[in-house]
Order: sequence, then C-alpha cells, then structure tokens
Amino acid sequence: MLEITTTRHNPLVDPHLAVWSWEIPLYLFVGGIVAGLMILGGVALLRLARGEDPKGYFSLHAPITAFMLLNLGMLALFLDLAHKLYVWAVYLTLQPLAPMSWGSWVLIIVYPLLLVSALIRLPEAWPWLAQRVPLLARWSDALLASSRALRALAWTNIVLGVALGIYTGILLSTMVARPLWNVSILGPLFLVSGLSAGAALLHLMAALMRPQRPAPQGPIAGAIGALIQPLGKEPPAKETANALIRADIGFLAVELLMLGLLLIGLVTSSASHAAAFELLMSGKFAFAFWGVLVALGIVIPLALQGLELAHRIPHTLVPAVLVLIGGYTLRWLMVNAGQMSQIVQAAVR
Amino acid sequence: MARFGMVIDTRKCVGCMDCVVACQTENDVPVGYARDWITTEVRGEFPNLTMEIRSERCNHCDNPPCVYCCPTGASHVEDFGKTVQVNANRCIGCKACVSACPYGARFVHPKGYADKCTFCLHRVKEGKDPACVSVCPTHCMVFGDLDDPASEASRLLRTRKWHTLLPEAGTKPRVFYLT
Repeated sequence: MLEITTTRHNPLVDPHLAVWSWEIPLYLFVGGIVAGLMILGGVALLRLARGEDPKGYFSLHAPITAFMLLNLGMLALFLDLAHKLYVWAVYLTLQPLAPMSWGSWVLIIVYPLLLVSALIRLPEAWPWLAQRVPLLARWSDALLASSRALRALAWTNIVLGVALGIYTGILLSTMVARPLWNVSILGPLFLVSGLSAGAALLHLMAALMRPQRPAPQGPIAGAIGALIQPLGKEPPAKETANALIRADIGFLAVELLMLGLLLIGLVTSSASHAAAFELLMSGKFAFAFWGVLVALGIVIPLALQGLELAHRIPHTLVPAVLVLIGGYTLRWLMVNAGQMSQIVQAAVR
Repeated sequence: MARFGMVIDTRKCVGCMDCVVACQTENDVPVGYARDWITTEVRGEFPNLTMEIRSERCNHCDNPPCVYCCPTGASHVEDFGKTVQVNANRCIGCKACVSACPYGARFVHPKGYADKCTFCLHRVKEGKDPACVSVCPTHCMVFGDLDDPASEASRLLRTRKWHTLLPEAGTKPRVFYLT
C-alpha cells in the first residue's frame, strides 16, 4: 500500500492539472484548420499558376476562411493568457527550445501572408471592393498574371502551413511531465488532422456554391457573397470536388494509422506512458476517444466518403461535419486527458 | 560559481509546517496558494508501516523543463546560484511552465504570472538562509552550495543515503531527501 497525503492545494494544479480550459483546445483545433487550409489553398494556387484549374477553386476561400479562423484562434489564445497586458513580451525574444515561442513568430508571419493570399482574389469575387479600391484590383491583376509570384505565394503558404500544423502538436509534446503529450507523433498527427478538417471545411463551403447565382453587389451583400460565392457562375468541376474527397480519405486513413501508432507507442513505453494509454482506453475519456474521435470522427466519414466516390450513396455534408467534430474532439481529448496524465512513481523504495 | 541546493533530513522532519508558514509570511504568498508544502508518504500494510514526511518545493532542477518551454524567457536560470526564477514582468501567463513541471511546484499567482519557490534568493544574497530553513525547529533542512565540497549540504550528500523526487523524469532535481 502506498498512501500519499499533501497539504498543497494550489488552484488549477491540485488535485490534478487544470490550467487549460476551452480556449486551448479551440485554438489548437482552429490553428490546425488554418494550417490545413494554408496547405490546401497553396495547392489550389499552384494549380492556378500552372493553369490546371483556371478558376482556381478554393484559392480564394481557403486563405480568407483561414484568415478569419486565425483571428478567432489568436483571440482564444489571448483569452487564455493569465497575464494579458504582458503579451508583447513574446515578441521581444526567440526562445530556441520553446515551441510556443516559435509558434508565436509563425503566427505573426502567417497573419499578413494569409491577408495577402486572400486579397489577391478578393476583387474578382467582390466587385464593389474592386471599384472602390482600384489599386487593390491592379495589384491583384498583376500578381495573378505572374505565375512565378503565384508559385512563390503558394509554396510560402504550404511551408508555413506545415510549420503551423506541426507546431500545434509539438507545443504539447515537449512536456516531459505529461506522458500522454510527451510523444513525438503528436506533431504529425495534429498536422494530418488539421489537413483533414481543412478539407472538410472546404467541402462544406463548396456545397454552398450554387450555379447561376448572380454575384451579389454592394458593400455588405458583396462581402458576404465573396465568402460563400464561387468565383464565376459555376460550381467547382466534379473532379475538383472529388479530388478534395479523395484527399480527405487519404488524410483520415493516415490519421487513423497515426492514432494506432500513438497507442502502440504509449503502451510499450514507460509505466507513466502506459498509464496515459489507460486514460484513453478506459474510464472518463474512453467514450470520447472510441465513440466520438475514432468511430464518429474518422471511421464513419472514411466509409461514407469511400461510398460516395464509388457512387454507392449520394453526396452529403454528413462526412464533412463528422470530420470537423472529430478534429475538435482530438484536441479536446489531448488537452484534457493530457492534463490528467502524470509521471507514475515507478520506483518503490 | 555556486549551485544552490537543499538537503532535508526526513528522519528529523516532523511535518510541523513551520517552513510553510515562514514561506507564506516571508514571500507574501496569497491565501490559498503554497510555494512549499508537506507531503506524507505511508508505505506497507498495518502494522508494518513506514512513513516519510517531506517538506517539498520547487526542485530548482539542473535540467528544468519549465525554463525550456517558456516562450518569453521569463522562467530562467539565474546566474547567482543557478536557481530557477520567474521574471513576473516578462511572464505572459501562458501556463506552459505549470504544465511542464512534474512536481506541480508552480502555480498562477492571482495577479496572473507564474509563481513558485525562489529559494528566498533575496535573503540568500544577504547571507541568510531561506525562510523555511531558518525557522525549522528540528534543523532538518540544510541549504548550501552543492559545488562546494566543503559545504554542509555536500558533506551530507556524501555521507548519508538520499533520494530525490521523480528521478525518472530526468530533471535532475536539487532538493535531496536524506533517509
């Protein structure tokens, strides 16, 4: 028998760590989607630059949605800070061993990059803006005419998207005190999950694109229209939409594989990691892990999308919604179960 | 260059919590929070029991995860005594260090910054012992320079059996418990 009593009762630390509430899972989820959208948007820009997809579907929606989500994510991150007025201190230094420091700098570079990427195609989708700000329209035309500039922009989006996606996982995985987080596969897992959630979100937005809808005019209707309206009057070509579904199947399959590797890595590692494995396998987090993340968030959308591609069932928005639910559940699970996981005192003196 | 550490004799400690009260008073620790605390560990089956009482605090690790994860450098290793300190004017309250500490030694001060034991560096600079050490009625705590072979702390570590907390975390803690 081992009985430990302590007089310590620090808020948010005892009886188990609870420093991170809803803000961090939301930020990690949104950050993952932004990363996924940057990569997918970069690919769309590349296709535009190469002339493979003259309309460049998703090359507007990906960056503009990512930009709005980035604002939401950074707001959540800011709300989480306990010493808010000192937030500027992050940008006075670069701490080479702290992923949070790297991530803060990545965010500050990603912010204008997404703005530029979104603005390039905005005048085309929002004629009101193009008329009022001719400089923006000229600038946008010039960039669109240069395939070299488009390619550079695309690759910058892809590289920084990968950095952002991996960082959201590495942020947790460097902490030795939390065995559930202290696994190196967390970075790639969060990246792939972000890609899959990004593809799902684009899928949802593509569904909002209707043929023959006239482009809305005016400042407000035009702005809203620019977000949900296709470029041009036709929905994305079937192969473009199907490519998105095919890509999502790939992302989900890799995510499932990585979750499997995560579990194998945990159960075959130290006693502390094995205890973290048990957190997911049984008890409080088992339903969220097996029921919501694995079944609802990965396996079911994987099957549904496979059947859709095989023309066995009609296309619906259900898989995309499920993937987004699964993506949030992964972050919620890791943050909350991770805070309960701790080093097991293995040695019996 | 000194490397401060603390040696605590669990055979002398009675868990009176004088060290806890002294720390709260000396460092104006807010009510409901603790920079040091008493842990009682009981092992075995009745009637064959052993009990160890420990006064615990930040271990001022040689390999400090809380310093590595800090995005602003607010958590840092102070040159003086190689102790782990927090600069409240640089701390953004991200709580990464609170998560990173395997000992749960850190907490978020009501004012928003991360807080923890400082080894009473302000007293040590004046040549005094940390508050907890200075009030211990059983003299079970010894504070000193671990790099100085002539210090009382080094001598105790050479001559007595000791253990540290969670050595498996690999943090190389510098609070030692004599058994």
